[in-house]
Amino acid sequence: MAYIVVFAPLLAAMIAGLLQKQISDRTAQIITTGATITSTLCSIALFFDVIVGGNARTYELVEWMAVGGFEIAWAIRLDTLSAIMLVVITSVSSLVHVYSWGYMSHDPHRARFFAYLSLFTFTMLSLVTADNFVQMFFGWEGVGLASYLLIGFWYDKESANAAAIKAFVTNRVGDFGLVLGIMAIYVVFGTLQFDEVFMLIPQHAETTLNIFGMEFLALELIAFLLFVGAMGKSAQFFLHVWLPDAMEGPTPVSALIHAATMVTAGVFLVCRAHGIFELAPNASAFITMIGAVTAIYAATVGLAQNDIKRVIAYSTCSQLGYMFFAAGLGLYSAAMFHLFTHAFFKALLFLGAGSVIHSLHGEQDMRNMGGIYRVLPVTWIMMIIGALSLTGVGIPLMGIGFAGFYSKDMIIEEAFMMGRDGLPFGMFAFWIGMIAAGLTSFYSWRLIFMTFHGVHRGAPEVLSHIHKNGPVMLIPLTVLAVGAVFAGAAFKSDFVGKKALVFWGESLPAGPYAEGYYGHNVDYGDSRTDDHGQGAHADTPVTDDHGDTYESERHGHHHPPIWVLFSPFVATLLGFVCSWFFYVANPALPGRIAAANGPLHRFLSNKWYFDELYDAIFVRPTRWLGDLFWKFGDQKIIDGLGPNGVAATVLASARRIARLQNGYLYHYAFVMLIGVFGLILWLISGAGV
Amino acid sequence: MLGQLPILSAITFLPALGSVAVLLLCALMRDEDRAVADRNAKGIALFVTLVVFIFSIILLAAFDRHNADFQFVENVPWLPQLGINYKLGVDGLSVLFVVLTAFLMPICVLSSWNLDRRVADYMAAFLLLETLIIGVFCALDMILFYIFFEGSLIPMFLIIGVWGGQNRIYAAFKFFLYTFLGSVLMLAVMIVMYAQAGTTDIEALLATEFAPDLQIWLWLAFFASFAVKMPMWPVHTWLPDAHVQAPTAGSVILAGILLKLGGYGFLRFSIPMFPHASDYFAPMVFALSIIAIVVTSVIAFRQTDIKKLIAYSSVAHMGLVTMGIFTMTDVGMQGAIFQMISHGIISGALFLCVGVIYDRFHTREIAFYGGLVHRMPVFAALFGLFAMANVGLPGTSGFIGEIMTMTGAFQVDPRIAAGAALGVIFSAVYMLTAYRKVVFGKITNRRLETATDLNAREWINLGVLSAPVLYFGFFSTPITDTTRASVDNLISHYQSSLPVKAELPAETAPTEHVAP
Repeated sequence: MAYIVVFAPLLAAMIAGLLQKQISDRTAQIITTGATITSTLCSIALFFDVIVGGNARTYELVEWMAVGGFEIAWAIRLDTLSAIMLVVITSVSSLVHVYSWGYMSHDPHRARFFAYLSLFTFTMLSLVTADNFVQMFFGWEGVGLASYLLIGFWYDKESANAAAIKAFVTNRVGDFGLVLGIMAIYVVFGTLQFDEVFMLIPQHAETTLNIFGMEFLALELIAFLLFVGAMGKSAQFFLHVWLPDAMEGPTPVSALIHAATMVTAGVFLVCRAHGIFELAPNASAFITMIGAVTAIYAATVGLAQNDIKRVIAYSTCSQLGYMFFAAGLGLYSAAMFHLFTHAFFKALLFLGAGSVIHSLHGEQDMRNMGGIYRVLPVTWIMMIIGALSLTGVGIPLMGIGFAGFYSKDMIIEEAFMMGRDGLPFGMFAFWIGMIAAGLTSFYSWRLIFMTFHGVHRGAPEVLSHIHKNGPVMLIPLTVLAVGAVFAGAAFKSDFVGKKALVFWGESLPAGPYAEGYYGHNVDYGDSRTDDHGQGAHADTPVTDDHGDTYESERHGHHHPPIWVLFSPFVATLLGFVCSWFFYVANPALPGRIAAANGPLHRFLSNKWYFDELYDAIFVRPTRWLGDLFWKFGDQKIIDGLGPNGVAATVLASARRIARLQNGYLYHYAFVMLIGVFGLILWLISGAGV
Repeated sequence: MLGQLPILSAITFLPALGSVAVLLLCALMRDEDRAVADRNAKGIALFVTLVVFIFSIILLAAFDRHNADFQFVENVPWLPQLGINYKLGVDGLSVLFVVLTAFLMPICVLSSWNLDRRVADYMAAFLLLETLIIGVFCALDMILFYIFFEGSLIPMFLIIGVWGGQNRIYAAFKFFLYTFLGSVLMLAVMIVMYAQAGTTDIEALLATEFAPDLQIWLWLAFFASFAVKMPMWPVHTWLPDAHVQAPTAGSVILAGILLKLGGYGFLRFSIPMFPHASDYFAPMVFALSIIAIVVTSVIAFRQTDIKKLIAYSSVAHMGLVTMGIFTMTDVGMQGAIFQMISHGIISGALFLCVGVIYDRFHTREIAFYGGLVHRMPVFAALFGLFAMANVGLPGTSGFIGEIMTMTGAFQVDPRIAAGAALGVIFSAVYMLTAYRKVVFGKITNRRLETATDLNAREWINLGVLSAPVLYFGFFSTPITDTTRASVDNLISHYQSSLPVKAELPAETAPTEHVAP
């Protein structure tokens, strides 16, 4: 069954891709969609088998590389972590496949599109089922390739091509770190197989590597390098520049790759290698910091974007920031939980946006929308559900809310707890998380209000010729909406609640909050032993020596103050009110602000000038260096002094020698004399020795 | 059974016989039958190269991969007064190169099918070239090696100089002078070695220990020759010119095989015969390799001529090879050999791709193209595959070589690996940019409207090349298992001749890495 999950999409991609000409577009669609749905059903079955049945296992398929200790095999590893990812990937992928039947119905290259989608699904699946770092890297680059192909799917568009290359290259910068991290793991541990590496981690807690004359703790260095890779793939601050541009691709792609699955690979990597990160407090602090900065950065930029997809893209970026600072604080299961819920509501928002764009014949600028809730009622409701879930609406203390409420509020609250325990950047992350929650609420509602409410600002004929979306596009929205509403409530106790310890098994630490709901006293006698069994937790401040203090602290530990529980709620409410004030009560105001073009607005709408900055420090110098090395280094110096110089010298001396042959006898005689003299000298000296 | 048959001689000299046959046929034909003669010349060339390829496969099948010694050895006295023998044999280091050469040659012949100028001579030159190159890999006598090594210059010189582009004479001479200068030094040093060891037998020389001081000089002279061939920075400038001017098939052989002679030379001579010097100079080789990887990648980014771009990218990829070889680790060295094989296929395929569009539009300017995907989708797909393989995407053979050589380098010093990885970023930049400019976008150039997609012959060529790129990308062990025994032997020999440096293998002492 595991084989079907992974290889059905590959097979479908190959058929659809290689036989484009031979089979019709419709056949290609049926094959790819059918394969993905089959894969989904199988992964749901596997999910229950692995988690409920407790059958975590690994299939080794065939050797990939084997040189000395450098042994890498293709494998399918099934444990809780990969089973969750399997379900998320295949289900969102199937929905996107189905949705694309409608969305791409006018495109002449449908077979190619579906082939790419299935190829992406395969590479993503091989990423999460890897049992070693190199296969993971295969999937990692493979999804990068699929992303490149899909961003540049409309290859006529210059901007799409540029965005595709930007995405690939930025990811390569991250991969630079990842690949070095992988090699460092090999050098330190002598293996790249997950289980073997994780088993050896405690032995290498003190191991150091010497680079540039400085000693680094190996684990810190590895953790840092791996995270650089994660930064690239998950569009974290500094390497985030590609994600907004990636919106050049078709919208279903944005939903699948740039929201629900691929961009979360970085979070997955950190969770998968949590054993390393737990013993790397400094690298974890760095992750927390970058995650928090990304969360706030992307949220601020999201405020000032007018392209509907870019708003959601920045929102994705920001939510990934949440996941990372959670992971940096050691809250791996909370990060995975947010990843899980985020997949539903963000895919929902993207597909909803796609539905709007499709209906409006490709219009993406929210300034040209407005008032379309009457013509697109289903999409409108779905988008509102998405927004409610994204902003994390729910009632604190009662624990009832949309999916985002459970995961996001939990991260914010736990960040507070971690900060109170003195983890670096914990409090920082908490405050940022809260402010970003307010901003999230603002831009989400701004999106809803600008798109669906008020008066229509675009050309009137667009509204009259609106394209009605059929059920093939609306059903996936509905399914995702169900997820966006209930995924949090349904899985909370598994991911981060009472059942978490059993749920995660060996694959992930259940987290300090796993003992129960806030305010509940539960017996966690066995949970403690399990916690210890998993090795040292960097995030638990007390060790097993003081079991009593541990226990009593844990009791008090999981009562975040009431104001902390309410603060995200208040921030969200505030964001909503502000948004309502600006975009419903006073709709002229934002336009005036934009027209005034104040420095803050300019700064935000230009995304903090990152593109310009990178252009100035990377792109242009590289070009200049290229020219320097080529025209000056290669042509002037090397060729000038080398072959061309030699040739010129030879030529010049040949002319000079030719001038000697002037026919005057005394010249020849003179030369002969010197020659003879030299010969004699040589003979004498030779004899003398 | 094969042990008795002189299979290596057969593989080596069959092309030369074919070459003679082609020339004879051409000489016997009347001028008015030129067309027939040309067709026959092509037929003979294709037939001979295919037969050689089949023989090489038989050779590979009969090759004992667990044996580190030379196999299929043929030894006939040649100049008994001087103790010089005609001695051939292959081991794990060389057998794959023989197969690679035999594999690429029929493709070269096929890709030159439309040639209309002096066809018979051209085919004869290629067949002769095949003999000489395979001879280099099989030779087990230093003088024999030298003759083949030098001899291979001549047909290549002619191929560039006669069938090349507009500036072919300059390029041909540059190519010849550079490589010749290197090999003159090598000849001088070979004489010194003969004087020292009293033999030119490579097997015997491998067992000879040269004085450490002498090794430095011997190593440097060999290095001069091999570094030019690789080519390493800063003696690489002949390569872009040679590639740009050479006909397509010439570029394929040049990039695919001739560059590998340098790497093979390091493995066969420099490291096993002069371990002290190799150890002494390794930091310099690393430095040059890193410079080559980074600098030429940046240069490639600025190229407007697509063949030059690929040529510069070849230099960068060869930098990985030299880096991997001199790590003296099993991963690094096996990775270097893998990288050579893989690059031989990938760069050959890329040059064929350029040849496809050059045949149609007679220009290599990137700016001329754009939007080819609309007219040539199959070409676009295959070109894309090879471009990605060149970038080192996992799942293609390009990745295996990269990751292995870099891992080996990381074991020696993480800084080297970091430098190499930097080049890997740039490779994506230049390759994807070039690909986008040629293939994607709208067709803005009217002349491209008439472009036709691959014909059957081009399809076969590129399709055949894409198979190993993908296959070895997913299953690398067929190659590494073949080279394993010989590489392990080489490393243990190397380690044992460096008694001072008690270096423990990586698995047992992974922690301390003192920067050199």
